[in-house]
Amino acid sequence: MATAPALPGGFELPLEPRLPRLGSVDAVALEERADVLSKRSIKRESKVFALDLAIRMMDLTTLEGADTPGKVAALSSKGIRPDPTDPGIPSVAAICVYPNLVPYALERTRGTDVKVASVATAFPSGQSPLEVKLEETRWVVEAGAHEVDMVIDRGAFLSGRYAQVYDEIVRVKEICAGRAHLKVIIETGELGTYDNVRRASLLAIAGGADFIKTSTGKAATNATLPVALCMLEVIRDVHEETGRVVGMKVAGGIRQSKQAVQFLVQVHETLGLAWLTPDRYRIGASTLLNDVLMQIRKERTGRYQNPDYFTID
Amino acid sequence: MTERKQDVARRADKAPMATAWDYAPAPEARDIVRIQERYGLFIGGKFVEPLSGERYTTIDPAREEPLSEVAQANKADVNRAVKAARGAFEGAWSKLRPSERAKYLFRIARILQERSREFAVLESLNGGKPIRESRDVDVPLAAAHFFYYAGWADKLEYAFPNRRPRPIGVAGQIIPWNFPLLMLAWKIAPALAAGNTVVLKPAETTPLTALLFCDVIRQAELPPGVVNIVTGDGRTGAEIVAHPGVDKIAFTGSTEVGKAIQRTLAGTGKRLTLELGGKAANIIFDDAPLDQAVEGIINGIYFNQGHVCCAGSRLFVQESIYEATLAKLKRRMKTLRVGDPLDKNTDVGAINSKQQLEKITSLVQSGIDEGAELYQPPCTLPERGYWFVPTVFTNVAQSYRIAQEEIFGPVLSVLTFRTPDEAIEKANNTPYGLSAGVWTEKGSRILAMAQRLRAGVVWANTYNRFDPASPFGGYKESGFGREGGRHGLEAYVALDDT
Repeated sequence: MATAPALPGGFELPLEPRLPRLGSVDAVALEERADVLSKRSIKRESKVFALDLAIRMMDLTTLEGADTPGKVAALSSKGIRPDPTDPGIPSVAAICVYPNLVPYALERTRGTDVKVASVATAFPSGQSPLEVKLEETRWVVEAGAHEVDMVIDRGAFLSGRYAQVYDEIVRVKEICAGRAHLKVIIETGELGTYDNVRRASLLAIAGGADFIKTSTGKAATNATLPVALCMLEVIRDVHEETGRVVGMKVAGGIRQSKQAVQFLVQVHETLGLAWLTPDRYRIGASTLLNDVLMQIRKERTGRYQNPDYFTID
Repeated sequence: MTERKQDVARRADKAPMATAWDYAPAPEARDIVRIQERYGLFIGGKFVEPLSGERYTTIDPAREEPLSEVAQANKADVNRAVKAARGAFEGAWSKLRPSERAKYLFRIARILQERSREFAVLESLNGGKPIRESRDVDVPLAAAHFFYYAGWADKLEYAFPNRRPRPIGVAGQIIPWNFPLLMLAWKIAPALAAGNTVVLKPAETTPLTALLFCDVIRQAELPPGVVNIVTGDGRTGAEIVAHPGVDKIAFTGSTEVGKAIQRTLAGTGKRLTLELGGKAANIIFDDAPLDQAVEGIINGIYFNQGHVCCAGSRLFVQESIYEATLAKLKRRMKTLRVGDPLDKNTDVGAINSKQQLEKITSLVQSGIDEGAELYQPPCTLPERGYWFVPTVFTNVAQSYRIAQEEIFGPVLSVLTFRTPDEAIEKANNTPYGLSAGVWTEKGSRILAMAQRLRAGVVWANTYNRFDPASPFGGYKESGFGREGGRHGLEAYVALDDT
């Protein structure tokens, strides 16, 4: 069994008896705070700053059964140069795909700064034997994926088998360590309470996550503002107690620039500027990119342009 | 692998960390509201010139710029207003079918909602509070109060089973400057619902939303004289209190003035309710949801620049989580945005008046002199206007002035406790008793604390939350009588036995 990375005081193993004392979250107050932050009015140059950042932080994603090499190639090109008419627009952070499509994404992005992220561990449900999950992870890392987005076993988590969830993350981390960044998806939409979100986040961090991630995008509820705030507060607690830096990724349902800006305001006012970088914050999205491009052009020209002027992928 | 590491390093070079993300100014447009150059007194359904012939200037405290000239009502003016109110009471209003009274109140509530932006902007202009608060709290709550009491107007006998409620007559109402429109709604809505008529005096420094409200009254076609608004300073208030034609006084303001009013009224038979100062304890137990509790502390003391009678100005933190709480609190204070009240991103606005700023400054100095440790986040204040940096004092002893006296500004005193008993003992050790807050995950502890805290309102895992259905009022020197809810009607009805 692997040894756990540095943990804040009070979070030491064994986990089961400790977990209920890992701090709690008040739902009403959390939602109220998230609501206040969502009403920040971000205009003009501060909006352009946020939109540019949103592109640089974006994990441009396609996770469909119908994905093909062609689709991934197109998406990769779009990620490298989101707006061919405007050289000032940066590339996205990464292309996020299913394992089978990793080689195609790698081929298309070679020589650029755009990373390739792959989901793994029986995404999205995580309901497969551990060996299968580990083998899948091994496969994507060896294929060359720079980043691995794993899912936790919610079945185990919700039945109270926290140690099992933890062990799994540790085993996946062992495979990724030094080779790929590990993002741990806790699938907040299936956890039911903010207390659970907090617990699962801590568990993921304890297991060695480089990033914690809200959702698969496949559940009924995906990244919401209060859930993201709750996770940012966990990251902040861990950082303050141990100095350890953990990144955050929101994913699922973020389609409009306005939402992206709201998430970034949260980061700004919770963790500060230090987290406003693609190394520490990511936004998983597919259709968001064009809305951001449209908003940027609107800020520059003063008017909205027909969507046909933006390539769909 | 090394290649990849270099890759990451290169990328980090290319995208340097931002050094600042300053939000661009996002001011709410102020031209939505038209402020007249001068205002008269609103008596008998129309604006009349003050008999006193006197006026004074009301200003924007954030810019120290004049906004308008308002009347200083004297004895003759007050007399005129009371006569108009009496006439309206004896005339149509008290005999009107209760369901008809309700219609007027519903109408006022709806007009307030329709004109909410106008009221929010004016409230922030004249009072200095952030537009975020006037937009999201003051104005919606004011409308909610009218909606709520409109519902009671024709159901009074259900509010007081086996009694026959009837209106009292003319109510003299004197309100403070911290929530000008909201306090107006708290006063006028129950009075009218119960069938009384009103002479109301807004605070000296913040008369403008009350004067704009006169326009709502006209729009709602409320019978003339049912609501009369007279402006002026404390002298005008004293005239209302002393006027023999007034049947009931409702006052919200300082304990000192409240005591003076009670002395004046002794033996006159006039009814009185007082909502006075406070020095509330906000108690954080070690099992509290800490990040949310810190939000509650911030909301408790920096909401409306601390110009809140129920502000959580004494923070009691259980010693085992003292360090963690303070670290989080200070960190959070650094993100407070102090500045232009009309900017939609402002969290803390301007101090309401020069006089109040001086009071806060002198009390803070006393805290430093007595040996408390001061913390203020780095913060640039506008050059003009009245401003005070959000402040927290640690190392505060129960005996210090800053732990005893109401500061009515953005100044928090932090004390510690070890056990629930100690928290209760210290929290109750004050001449005031308006409100308190308890933060804990344990439901049974919330109930036990609420029972033993001598405070009119006890919030659990939240703070400064108001609802028209919930009564509000104090113990001890924080006053007597309740506003809001069914209890709020009691002050405005005479009860006969059936």
